[in-house]
Amino acid sequence: MLALIEGLVQAAVLSLTALGLSLVFGVMRVVNVAHGEFFMLGAVIAWWVATLVGTNPALGFIAALIAAPIIAGLIAVITDWLVLKRINYDPEATIVATIGLLYILQQSVLMTFGPDARPVEAPFNTRLAIPWIENTDAGWALYWPWGLSTTSYKLFVIVAAIALLSLIWYIMSRTKLGLILRATQLDSETALAFGIPVERVYALVFGIGAALAAVAAVLIVPIQQAHYLMGADPLLLSFIVVIIGGLGSLRGTVIAALIIGMSDGIISVFFTPTLAKIMATLLVAMVLVYRPQGLFGTRRV
Amino acid sequence: MTKSKPSLITPNRRTILSGLAATGAASAMPGFVPYAQAQSSEPIKIGFQVHRTGIGAAYGRWYDRTTQAAAALINEAGGINGRPIEIVSEDDGTDPKRGAEVLEKFANQHSCDVSFGTLFSHVVIGSAPRAAELKMPYFVVSEGHHVASGMLNRYTLQPGITDVKSQVQAMAPFVAENLGKKVTMVYPDFAFGHDHRDYFSEAMAQAGGEILELIPIPPTETSFVKYFPKIPRDTEVLYHVMVGPAVLTFVKELGEFFGGQGPELFGFIDSLEAVDMASSGLEFLDGSHFWEGNPRYAQADNSAFDTFFREKVGVDANGASVSDPKDISTYAHMFGCWETLHVIKAGMEAAGYQGPGDRAKLIEAVEAMTTMDHSNEHPQGPKIFNGKTHQVFGQQYITKVNGDRMDLVHTASIEETFYEDEVDYTTQSF
Repeated sequence: MLALIEGLVQAAVLSLTALGLSLVFGVMRVVNVAHGEFFMLGAVIAWWVATLVGTNPALGFIAALIAAPIIAGLIAVITDWLVLKRINYDPEATIVATIGLLYILQQSVLMTFGPDARPVEAPFNTRLAIPWIENTDAGWALYWPWGLSTTSYKLFVIVAAIALLSLIWYIMSRTKLGLILRATQLDSETALAFGIPVERVYALVFGIGAALAAVAAVLIVPIQQAHYLMGADPLLLSFIVVIIGGLGSLRGTVIAALIIGMSDGIISVFFTPTLAKIMATLLVAMVLVYRPQGLFGTRRV
Repeated sequence: MTKSKPSLITPNRRTILSGLAATGAASAMPGFVPYAQAQSSEPIKIGFQVHRTGIGAAYGRWYDRTTQAAAALINEAGGINGRPIEIVSEDDGTDPKRGAEVLEKFANQHSCDVSFGTLFSHVVIGSAPRAAELKMPYFVVSEGHHVASGMLNRYTLQPGITDVKSQVQAMAPFVAENLGKKVTMVYPDFAFGHDHRDYFSEAMAQAGGEILELIPIPPTETSFVKYFPKIPRDTEVLYHVMVGPAVLTFVKELGEFFGGQGPELFGFIDSLEAVDMASSGLEFLDGSHFWEGNPRYAQADNSAFDTFFREKVGVDANGASVSDPKDISTYAHMFGCWETLHVIKAGMEAAGYQGPGDRAKLIEAVEAMTTMDHSNEHPQGPKIFNGKTHQVFGQQYITKVNGDRMDLVHTASIEETFYEDEVDYTTQSF
């Protein structure tokens, strides 16, 4: 159970982050190497907003949950307009450009926020515990506290992520905005011909991608802490998830995030965390060899 | 080709030469001007390898403050051999590769006399061979056993802070007698943590205890709950030591997992260095014990020397910065920088140090040191230096968490921290 919850928390955060990456690639064909830094930015902004709001942790957290994705999204829209648009979204050039962006964001945060890890207080954090039950010679025995122990906040992260994912699914499949996005994804030139402002769609998508990473970071920051180097792990894991799930596939991304998050949680608890990382990397290699388009990707001709 | 216009981008010989001349002129500006008087008034340059960024940043910030305070104090009192000292700081990013490069800069670019300051053991181990190649004395403030184990070289010394082997050796009898005999260890998976693993296990066996399980955690880990189910249920004492930016997460999750129940906790304060004891989620630590190199909270019978040290560095009675009560110091370690600088001063004075040519004499002078009295120069306590192993020995403190402060409950004597010499660096040539 502990393994399941830990795995689910990780899967929840991961699916949001990876979805941002996947969306950006799917629609814009841009491999955003700076995606992890938008995640980090979300966490840092969350700390900043929470400190600004002050005493009440719940109020600070809600303010952060609203402000962080908006600010991170705006920064992304500006970089899209300043950088990516100028290089015509050329696939190779954008990789180099986003690598540069990665360092610019990381070092700016280092210069302003500093090298320390800073905590954000969770809005609520009740400890929930169930004892481990085992049938011994003396009958059923309860063991404290080796059973399930988690906090209400961790459960909230899982629920919040499911809600956000449903919202995105709804937007993508049921609204006009989603239709525009899907049209641009299928064929941007035709979309342009049909009067879709592709450039504005690109900027929007880049912003949404960054905002998703930022939301994920705000959710995780009361559990972990804001730190200027925290973007590296989510970036790597997001790439793993997106490769396994298929670039640009919403369903694939969520399922792959579940697989990676859960296997990491379960393998870590029962074996070692190193083995979990090895398994994830192995899975990527297998997918690349046998299903290069990803589990749910569609093969392009 | 006919005559072409000189390009702005392609350099020719002349532009390069004038460029070089300009750089040369710039480097001859203030700071590089050779002192007009005799060499004796030039400052003694001490290269300070500091963890400004990377996982050691919190330590670096306080090592820097302590070092600047000690340097100011030494300069107020007339410097060393009548010369002021100058601290040349370089960030090593808490990275061994960068650490070695920083030493190189000290030697070749800044012409430092000696180098000093590193904490994280992997940076020390990565940098020390380069110090020997550069023939530059390297005073580390690292706690690792790598100096006294004979792994390093004659140029590397640790005269200001005790090593893990002697610390855990002095802790084991207390743990076995007062807390329990069945111990599970949680430690960071690199050289520093391995010292804890090896020497605490050994010392615990001697004290009649046993180690049930060893749980190594990578120092860059950010989530810890997944490691805790591996703690065996019959554990009586959980021994924890953790480093890096995620230490607060580590102790919080430990609290979520055990919720105040479970085994006794014995921690090295490293798990909580630079962390506010009043942080939410740490209430479960009440009543647990910690090793502290130097007690963070001023004790009722605080020595005048410790009070002096606190005042000079700018730390209040709760171990926080006087200017920001939320900025908690790394009090259990940073005294090492203060004491090391004073050892360098004493060594240079004994050796009649004039310049880099006297580096060997400086090392011999430090090797000749034995007792260091509890004083303003050594505020943590009296010490005994072993010139053969290049390692200092001193008292160790155990404090107990009492509400939101920590009170001293046990002081281990210097004698309890001794072990047999494992190396004689004085037999190595310079």
